[in-house]
Amino acid sequence: MHSLLLLDMAAAAHGERTAVQHGDDQLSYEELLDAAWGAASVAGQAAHLAYVAPNGLAFPVALFGAAAAGIAFIPLNYRLADEQLHELLAAHDDVLVVADDEVGPRLAALGHRVIETDAFLAAARAPAPAGDVPGDGDGVALLLYTSGTTAAPKAAVLRHRHLTAYVIGSVEFGGAGDDEAALVSVPPYHIAGVANLFSNTYLGRRLVYLDRFDAAQWLEAVRGERITHAMVVPTMLARLADAIGDGAQADAPTLRALSYGGARTPAPVLERIMACFPGTDLTNAYGLTETSSTVAVLSPQDHRDAMASDDPATRARLSSAGRVLPTVEIEVRGDDGEALPPGQVGDIFVAGEQVSGEYAGRPSALEDGWFPTRDRGHLDADGFLFIEGRSDDTIIRGGENIAPAEIEEVLLRHPDVAACVVVGVPDDEWGQRLAAVVVPAPGAQPDADAIRDFTRTHLRGAKTPDVISFVDELPYTETGKLLRRIVLADLLAGL
Amino acid sequence: MPLKPGAKLRSAVCATQVIVVRAPAIDVELGCGGAALVASDEEPTGTVDPAFAGGSLIGKRYADEELGLELLCTRAGDGTLTCNGVVLAVKGAKPLPSSD
Repeated sequence: MHSLLLLDMAAAAHGERTAVQHGDDQLSYEELLDAAWGAASVAGQAAHLAYVAPNGLAFPVALFGAAAAGIAFIPLNYRLADEQLHELLAAHDDVLVVADDEVGPRLAALGHRVIETDAFLAAARAPAPAGDVPGDGDGVALLLYTSGTTAAPKAAVLRHRHLTAYVIGSVEFGGAGDDEAALVSVPPYHIAGVANLFSNTYLGRRLVYLDRFDAAQWLEAVRGERITHAMVVPTMLARLADAIGDGAQADAPTLRALSYGGARTPAPVLERIMACFPGTDLTNAYGLTETSSTVAVLSPQDHRDAMASDDPATRARLSSAGRVLPTVEIEVRGDDGEALPPGQVGDIFVAGEQVSGEYAGRPSALEDGWFPTRDRGHLDADGFLFIEGRSDDTIIRGGENIAPAEIEEVLLRHPDVAACVVVGVPDDEWGQRLAAVVVPAPGAQPDADAIRDFTRTHLRGAKTPDVISFVDELPYTETGKLLRRIVLADLLAGL
Repeated sequence: MPLKPGAKLRSAVCATQVIVVRAPAIDVELGCGGAALVASDEEPTGTVDPAFAGGSLIGKRYADEELGLELLCTRAGDGTLTCNGVVLAVKGAKPLPSSD
């Protein structure tokens, strides 16, 4: 099934309702469908439509516009350095880039075909012929970059059938009451931002886009827009708890449901949030880009049961990812590839129609239909999933996957650095933060602040190590592999 | 011709439109309002058989679990959806907590 059909059905059944809203501007479902056909005309003969801007109405119009044009949509992080954006865009033929007025001119100067968001929206809203809504869902809907374990980013390929299987399997068409509104503060280049748009379109729930997350603005938007549903990453939960303050309750009477996911949420943060939002249902969602977003949820009732329980096993479920969706299968496998019984930690595999496991230019990662998530964890006796961490070394800082190798490459370019390793150290606010352990070049007297500044100019703030420490040598195996676990243990012992 | 997932079909006698979500391995006869479903680009011509006038609802999934058939209704109409002459049941949806 094709993802444009989700919007086509929404326009037919609840076309007059507000679909998306940003500031004072908004589009109904009918207007959004018209704008998608308009955007398809703007895209013309391009083979890909990239989006390099913050949240705004141009995002849903571009996403559905690419679907209407039958071309792949590539949302990219607008905060990436120009060099990185250039490299990612150059990997695809014939790309039209929708970009904001900051990034746009710089990308145009690098030779990319750019249309700025305001011009794009205006052009998309001009009358344009509507085509036939396709049914077949085998085409590529989305190329979404994940950082993976190596420095070379890879694009997860999500086909229309993966995304629509997730939506029709997990939400009820037209299920939203006409007073419902969802606040979006996850970035457009995150799978949650994409899944969010599709699910809420199908539900018929008004989506309100926030430019970027700020706890005070978020709370104000919840009150001002009478928000009923919101999704955040754990870092945002910590910020919200700080802004509301211990012992205080959020003034958010309309907020019925708050879901969170994208990384491990520290239990103290979650307990503070439950105290701040006593009347709000909390849901923890676990999923990956390659699985079209959510594959497991810890429901509001699960939260309440865990909080009320004296049984340590039930209480512990507050730290779990909940249970898999009825449309998803899960196995925790041992090193021999066999499924492990409850309680034993192994590699997490998932299967289902929403699971893609495909990367651009690479063979499918699926094994007999099962996707190796590269997360490690275990199931409890009742099927609750506990995630222990990545089987590789990816650092998840504030919901964002960061490959250490990318930062290490930059550090190694500094003349005072002979060798280095970047690891994630546990952090209550960010989930993990970045620590670099550096072996100075012979005779060098390196300065941690200078190295941090150097990293920031080549990458960006979120990828700049929070801590830099110096050692004489790094631990390696006999085969020359760096022992990251030992680096981390030494670092934690010294902190 | 066997059904394929993603195929769009419509009623020959009412406004009902469907998309095939899951296709059975064997050939089946899909109908609505008492007449066989037709390609989505055809216009409805006949009238709904009163014996099959229960109607279809947009967004509902009509399924025969044994056959492995599932249709998603993309436009509502007055006819009842059938497979091999048997009325298709609406697939029960188990409500999930909102994670988006």
